[in-house]
Amino acid sequence: MENVPVAEISTANPKTKLKVALVGNPNSGKSTLFNALTGLNQSTGNFPGVTVDKKSGICNIYHPATGKIVRTEIIDLPGTYSLNPKSADEQVAYDVLCDKDNPDYPDTTVIVADASNLKRTLFLVTQIIDLRIPVVLALNMTDLLEAAGMQVDTEKLSSLLGVPVLSISAREKKGIDRLRQIICQRVPAPKKSFFESPSFSDKTQENIERYRKITSILTECVSEKREIPAERLTRRADRILTHRFWGYVVFLAVLFLIFQSIFFLAAYPMDWIETLFLQFSQWGAGWLPPGELSDLFINGILAGLSGIVVFVPQIAFLFLFIAILEDTGYMARVSFIMDKLMRKFGLNGKSVIPLISGVACAVPAIMGTRTISNWKERLITIMITPLMSCSARLPVYTILISLAVPAGKSLGFFNLQGLILMSLYLIGFLAALGAAFVMKYLLKTREVSYFIMELPIYRSPRWSSIGITITDKVKVFLWDAGKVIIAISIVLWFLSSHAPGSRFADIERKYAGYTGADAESKIAAEKLEASYAGILGKSIEPAIAPLGFDWKIGISLVTSFAAREVFVGTMATIYSVGDADNTQSIRKKMNDERHPVSGEKVYSAAVCFSLMIFYAFAMQCMSTLAVVYRETRSWKWPFIQFLYMSALAYLSSLLVYHLLK
Amino acid sequence: MSKPLTLAHLKKGQQAIIESLAETEFSLKLMEMGCVPGETVRLEKVAPLGDPIAVLVSGYTLSLRKAEAETVRLKKS
Repeated sequence: MENVPVAEISTANPKTKLKVALVGNPNSGKSTLFNALTGLNQSTGNFPGVTVDKKSGICNIYHPATGKIVRTEIIDLPGTYSLNPKSADEQVAYDVLCDKDNPDYPDTTVIVADASNLKRTLFLVTQIIDLRIPVVLALNMTDLLEAAGMQVDTEKLSSLLGVPVLSISAREKKGIDRLRQIICQRVPAPKKSFFESPSFSDKTQENIERYRKITSILTECVSEKREIPAERLTRRADRILTHRFWGYVVFLAVLFLIFQSIFFLAAYPMDWIETLFLQFSQWGAGWLPPGELSDLFINGILAGLSGIVVFVPQIAFLFLFIAILEDTGYMARVSFIMDKLMRKFGLNGKSVIPLISGVACAVPAIMGTRTISNWKERLITIMITPLMSCSARLPVYTILISLAVPAGKSLGFFNLQGLILMSLYLIGFLAALGAAFVMKYLLKTREVSYFIMELPIYRSPRWSSIGITITDKVKVFLWDAGKVIIAISIVLWFLSSHAPGSRFADIERKYAGYTGADAESKIAAEKLEASYAGILGKSIEPAIAPLGFDWKIGISLVTSFAAREVFVGTMATIYSVGDADNTQSIRKKMNDERHPVSGEKVYSAAVCFSLMIFYAFAMQCMSTLAVVYRETRSWKWPFIQFLYMSALAYLSSLLVYHLLK
Repeated sequence: MSKPLTLAHLKKGQQAIIESLAETEFSLKLMEMGCVPGETVRLEKVAPLGDPIAVLVSGYTLSLRKAEAETVRLKKS
């Protein structure tokens, strides 16, 4: 009925603006409703002064009475169980709703409630009603109740609570239009409080009374609680998934599946992207007039760009799997079966999720530690998460593994390359646990640690919101990492194609009489050595020579300190500078690289493994250090993190090289 | 004198009524999560390593550590 033709929305110039906040428990389907209301029309920012992500979106609502389009801003507040904030996330929800001067203070608040979990939800609902702000209660997942033959009398609930109540299903997109209409017609603030709190000075007593009143309301409005089919299914599934043996088997199998498929499934689109860029740069070399600018474009920008884009399939796959695990409710079980184990290392069951997310990227993973309420456990999780092999290391590993181990080799059923990759992730994880164990004894705290969380029922993943999540993450990666990588690629191109004084001219004069491919490559090699980049790499060569690295790797290590994935781009730049055709792929070039004196392969197995270990442990990510600073509000922790990880990387790399040499 | 019955003492499938909560840093959190005096709790699952546990309370499954469960005093239903 309220369906508005798309054209009408896009041509209208809506002036009226309405602010709506979505609030609710975690797992209440709040984000699904947010996606249903705003679609792709959303953005992620920051709440002022804090580091909590602020998701907001625009929803244009057709107002039938006035015939106008109401432009509505929807803010998705972090999930919370009450208005007694205990974590940074909960504090944000509290601040927005309780402070009239807050820039995000809403005109209307929509409380999203899991209808199958009403008792606990109404606790938050009634606290918000007591703020006397305009509120709509959206009962989500009523379809789950109906499946069990239960009913909620929304009219009665509405009159008892004194606020409008409607039932929706965010997943099936039912009741969304009605909710839009209620929003744009603007609801009045509740006339009376649900609970007069000043009569109780004691919070405990207040909570007990509040629950008593909620229970009496529920007996009037909701038919007797029956087990809904999804709950029965969850109970059965948990018999296996939290089983003392099978629980861990399934968890390891899930991880194994994720890594194998990242290596295989992502390989195809990565090949296409590589080929595409290769063709593009060949085309560029053929069409563009020779000169500085064309050189910058092909060997600087394009080479750097391909190093980022090639990476998108793997990131997308990783976030796909993590989103599925989160969305189905399995992640909570992982925390549940891992808590006791993690506690031995000074961590918390909730540390497992940041650690696993760290496999994708340490930046969102460290931001995800906010759910850990204990400061010490949270700090340790922050400090060790960068040891988990993030997706930025993946291209480094990929290229080095392919140099160290021939493709197609297998060990029994398993692809050897895949196995080495998995071991690298495992090594990172074990190093993280080791570091945590040490920090457990070094850090002192008097704060009590607790682990109180909901085990949500299992649900099938919501593909559309997973799609939105993946698009979001890939975009962030392309922009945030991309900016740094392009900038570094350009700097690097300059450093490697320019030299102090007349060095390049001298080399050219030296080979003046010679022609042919041999002379050209000699000129290119000598030029690189003479360039600024060569000077930089050579100056650190004495320090890294014991690890088996030469000055070309040295250049990459220097540039990688901005971000690890720059390694591949740097390699591409280093090996294509001076090579006019730029036809060989970077992998082949590195494989063909020989020592100028001994003629041995530069990228021998020992060097490759030494490099892999170095990249596994070293703190080479400015964004991570920046986010650690933001989360700990002190430079002390990122500094310590940088030092301990660098030391660990250097020593382990030294050991590996001397064992394999 | 026998020790008071707490949530940590329940056996799988057993249920009881919450009598009181000890005063701790997390007692408010427990209450927000539905562990309020008068509510019925049932032990649903025990994690593979014996800790944490998962209980059915206020119509959903809540997981908590044994140390936290010890602060929840019960009476027989």
